[in-house]
Order: sequence, then C-alpha cells, then structure tokens
Amino acid sequence: MNIIIPIKQVPETSDVKMDKETGTMIREGVVSIINPLDLYAIEAGLLLKEQHGGSVTVCTMGPPAAAKALKEAIAMGCDEAVLFTDKRFAGADTWATSYTLAAAIKQVGAFDLIITGERATDGDTGQVGPGIAAWLNLPLATYVSRIESLNAGRIVVERLVEEGYQALDLPLPALLTVVKAVSSPRLPTLRGKKKARAYNLRTLAAVDLPVEDAKIGLKGSPTKVVKIDYPKVTRGGVMVKAVGEEGLNNAVDSLLDFLKDKKLV
Amino acid sequence: MSYVWTLAEQSHGRLRDVSFELLSRGRILADKLDTKLCSLLLSSGLADETLRELIHRGADEVYMVDDPRLDKFVVETHSNVLADLVRRYKPHTILAAATSTGRTLMPHVAIKVTAGLTADCTELDIEEGTRLLLQTRPAIGGNIMATIKSPHHWPQMATVRPKSSRPLALDTTRVGNITRIAMQDVHHDARVKVLGLRPYEEGLAGIEEADVVVAGGKGMKKADNFSMLRDLAKQLGGVIGGTRDAVDRGWLSYPHQIGLSGKTISPKLYMCAGVSGSIQHLAGIKTSEYIVAINQDPDANIFQVADFGIVGNLFEVVPLINAKLEAYKKEDK
Ligand SMILES: Cc1cc2nc3c(=O)[nH]c(=O)nc-3n(C[C@H](O)[C@H](O)[C@H](O)COP(=O)(O)OP(=O)(O)OC[C@H]3O[C@@H](n4cnc5c(N)ncnc54)[C@H](O)[C@@H]3O)c2cc1C
Ligand SMILES: Nc1ncnc2c1ncn2[C@@H]1O[C@H](COP(=O)(O)O)[C@@H](O)[C@H]1O
Repeated sequence: MNIIIPIKQVPETSDVKMDKETGTMIREGVVSIINPLDLYAIEAGLLLKEQHGGSVTVCTMGPPAAAKALKEAIAMGCDEAVLFTDKRFAGADTWATSYTLAAAIKQVGAFDLIITGERATDGDTGQVGPGIAAWLNLPLATYVSRIESLNAGRIVVERLVEEGYQALDLPLPALLTVVKAVSSPRLPTLRGKKKARAYNLRTLAAVDLPVEDAKIGLKGSPTKVVKIDYPKVTRGGVMVKAVGEEGLNNAVDSLLDFLKDKKLV
Repeated sequence: MSYVWTLAEQSHGRLRDVSFELLSRGRILADKLDTKLCSLLLSSGLADETLRELIHRGADEVYMVDDPRLDKFVVETHSNVLADLVRRYKPHTILAAATSTGRTLMPHVAIKVTAGLTADCTELDIEEGTRLLLQTRPAIGGNIMATIKSPHHWPQMATVRPKSSRPLALDTTRVGNITRIAMQDVHHDARVKVLGLRPYEEGLAGIEEADVVVAGGKGMKKADNFSMLRDLAKQLGGVIGGTRDAVDRGWLSYPHQIGLSGKTISPKLYMCAGVSGSIQHLAGIKTSEYIVAINQDPDANIFQVADFGIVGNLFEVVPLINAKLEAYKKEDK
C-alpha cells in the first residue's frame, strides 16, 4: 500500500499581504505552516499504512523553504518526502499546479492511493485534488469524511454531499480529497523530529520531470489575477445592550424590528 | 455564436434551487454578450414540465443529457459527457454551483478541455471589448476579493456560491426549446460504484443552501442548550450550525461546522449566539447577507461584522427572542 500525499505550505494566519502589481501573495516575513486541512490527509494516510502496511510519501510543489513543511510531515511519521521546486513552477494556478503535480507524482514512483486536503487555506479553491485525478485518469472521491474499508484492490469511503453521506466504492489506484471528519491529526513525536532532522529529502526540478514548459508556472496558467480589493471588514451595524429587564426587552424588540424591516420574518 | 451555459442540479427528481440562482447570473451575462442562455442538466427521468421551470426562470433553452447512468453523480462519467459537449458546442461560458457536485465536476472538466476555472465566485461580469468573464471571489479567508480572468482559454468557467444570488421571478410567458441528448456509451465510466446515501438527521440537509442559519458556539455551554437555537431556527425557517469548538465538544456533528475547516455559507440571515468571531469562523460566514450576533462580551470580534448585535446573556436573550417571535407570528395570523 503506497500512499502519496500532496501537501501545501501556507501562511500561518489569515493576515496576509498581497503584491498589488502581480496579484500574488507576499510570502516574506510570514510564518509558514502545513496547510491545516492537509493534516487530516496525512493522518488518514498514516492510519491506512498502520493497518495495511506500505509507505506514506508526502510531496509538495513550492519554494525551497517548503522543505520545512515536508520535514514536519516526516516528524509526524511519514516515510518519504519529495520537493518539487523550480523558479519556473512559480505563479501556477490550479490547472498548472495539478499538471505539474500529476507529472511529478508519476515520476516519484508507483502508488495505490493519493490523498489531498479538501482545499488549501490560502488559494482556497479545492481544485487541485480533482485536477490531479483528471490528469492521471484516477477514480476520484471528494469530501471524504470516512474511510470504511480497503481490500482486494478496492476502497470504500463515505463523502459529504448536500443530502447526507454518500458511500462510494473505488478501485485502486484512486484519489481522495478528505475533510476534517476523516481523522484527528497526531502530533510529531520526539523520535519523529529526530528522524526529520536527519532526513535528506529528494528534490526534483522542471528538467527532472516530463513537463512541457508552456504548461507550468505563471505562463502555463489559464487564469490571471487582474485586480485585488480589500473589502471592508466591519459592517458598522447596530449594537444594543441587553442589561436589566427593560434593556433586555428593548434589545429584543429592536432585533424584531430589524428582522421585520429586512423581511427576514 | 457561443452561448452561456449554466449547470442545473437535481435531487430526487426535483430541480435544486441553485439551478435557478445560476440562471439569474447567466441571464445578465448572456444579455451583455447578446447571446443565448442555456441550462444544461446531466441526469435522467425529469419531465418536460419540470424542466420548463428553467425557461420560466431565465433560460432560453434547456439541454438535458438523459440517461439512467447519469442519475447519480459519478464525476468520471459526468466529466466525460460534459467535456464532449464543450468540445462539440463550444460555449462561451459555463457556470456551475459551488456545491459538492459543481466543485468536483468543474475542475475535472477544466483539465480535460484546457480551460481556466475560478472557484466560489460571488460576482461575475463581462469585460467590455474583450468579452471575457470577470470572476470575483473572496480569497484568503475572505480578507481579499480577487478578480480573475482567463484571457486565452475557452470556455470561461466559474463556480458560484449557492445563495449568493436570488432566482428570477417565475415568468410563465417565457418559451424555449427543451432538447434531450442521448449519452454515448463510450462516456460511461464504470469504475466507481455508488453504494448508497445515508441521509443527515432531520433539519440539517443543505446548510449551504439554507436561507437562514442559526449557529451556536462555545458560549452555549452544553449540547442540551442547543434546543433553544433549534427553536429559533424553526421560527425563522432555518437550520442549525456551529463553530469548531461546538463540534469538537460533540454538541453538533461535523456537517454542522461552519468556517475554515467546515462549510462556507452565504445565507440571507446568519444569526449566532455565544460565538466569538474568530478569523477561521468568519471565513465561512463573511458573504452572508445579514449577520446578527448575541454575545455578552462587547469587544467580541463577531460584532465587527454584525449588522445587528445584542450585547447580553444569550440564556436570557435567545428564549425571549423565541417567545416574542412566537407571539408576533400568532398576532400576524
Ligand atoms: C486551522 C484552523 C481551522 C479552524 N477552523 C475552524 C472552523 O472551520 N470553524 C470555526 O468555528 N473555528 C475554526 N477554528 C477555531 C477558531 O480559531 C476558534 O477557536 C473557534 O471559532 C472559536 O469558537 P467559539 O466562538 O465557539 O468559542 P470562543 O472563542 O470560546 O467564544 C465563545 C464566545 O461565547 C461568548 N459567551 C460565553 N457565554 C455567553 C453567554 N452566556 N451569553 C452570551 N455570550 C456568551 C463569549 O463572550 C465568547 O465570545 C479553526 C482554527 C484553526 C487553527
Ligand atoms: N503546491 C502544491 N503542492 C502539493 N500539493 C498541493 C499544492 N497545492 C495544492 N495541493 C493539494 O491540493 C489540495 C487542494 O488545494 P487547492 O486546490 O489549492 O485548494 C491541498 O489541500 C493539497 O493537498
């Protein structure tokens, strides 16, 4: 059971600055972490490995500094880590990212399962997982909230859809994108951290991959960011205090007036 | 001439509201482009009378690829069918809802047809001169609004947040063709099997598509206290949601979680009690039309984004709202 987990390094908080010229994020001076939603993918992979044997490989396409995220995943218990890094990968949208990752994953080796996070907290699109599945023609299950069983080359999962939990049965190799409910991520262990420090990760650049230059990075991206606006955070709404019996009564009455005025009741 | 397409969705033989919301968006775009608006449905068994509502809500034409193998959404098959239609008919624009279906199908198809795709748009427009689709979406937890376009790739593709637009009023005088298209066998991908659907508990289905969401946070103190929020939701015709803290404490199940690691919602009314308004929670509610908050701490962050805030003890405030709403409804009758 070989599992590949593409993870993304993202800025720690939602307090991010943008370059107004290029419409891309300024990464300098911002603490970077593993996309928190990818921790659920890592944990799901580690649990499957513990039950079925095999190995878990994490990989990321990003700047050299993204090695830190990969090492954190090693500290959690992942076996191998591969970094796809090249100036020419920079500025990729989800189309170019999934193209590059699909080509790179094939290069990394044989696999039974790819697990991605539901979405990255910076780009916030959730398009890269389905994109990789399309490139590699892999059976796909998105929004997976539970892995039910894995045997005889098939995996049964439940996914969250609008009406409820939908059960799917997929042949391997397959790709899953997972949501928080799938697992509770473990913390790195002391032994894991030691292993991570000593670990030499593999690095692949564009020349090492079967990718066409015109399909990678900013140049290979169909979408362009043309404008960035900073919406007003505050709405400047009405605020009333519900203190004392009268205050409480008045506060609720004015809320009702508000709801009636907006035709919400 | 290339048309604007919107993808309709159905559930148990009925068209979902998002199908009509997309048509309001598409109508504006098609009029600006001076082209036709088509609603496309990949499914089976829907009668013409049902499909006609798409015309009455803004579509000029309806295309339905009608095959039992499209009844349940399986991305591989749906993507083969849609990519083939795109290659054959070359639409100008395709809009889908940012639902579990739309957000799975559209990125899959965008790869196949080599098109750009913008997720979760809240505003769409046509750029004069170039006729390109201007796609605006919240990014980075709603802290920025990014406008995106695909200058050299077609069709223009975007998913649109449910509830971020309203359906057009029903106009039964509108007429248009309903065309049924047969699915080609080669497009059927039998690898993935749908085993079944375990429905959510009562009153939860469609939190992303609800007009009203009533949410509770850690301030609710315990699971039992959510009954007062359930009453409030019932009065307002809404559903229940909560913060990560409320879910992690087991007061609500995960599908109720709103925010960065849960659901993103855009209801008409989002009302919450005992919610502090963390960045991660706000990321899921910022595009709500009206936000009402009840919190005892006047400095709580949630008041920054609230249209109406009550500073007070929720255990006093919420029951009184319920009582007054009930009285109001009685006298209204
Ligand atoms: C990677 C990551 C992802 C996350 N994803 C999410 C997510 O998807 N959704 C989410 O919600 N959070 C998420 N969080 C957690 C988030 O940071 C906050 O911890 C969480 O939103 C706080 O929940 P809360 O408002 O219920 O609790 P608190 O912050 O503890 O707020 C409780 C509030 O209740 C008020 N209160 C208490 N008693 C009363 C009373 N009697 N009457 C009135 N008011 C009262 C208090 O004044 C307080 O403001 C995430 C965090 C991280 C790091
Ligand atoms: N640059 C990247 N390198 C590796 N994995 C990525 C990258 N970008 C996105 N992913 C994966 O795709 C998921 C969805 O990301 P996104 O489509 O950007 O929201 C993430 O949770 C990751 O698992």
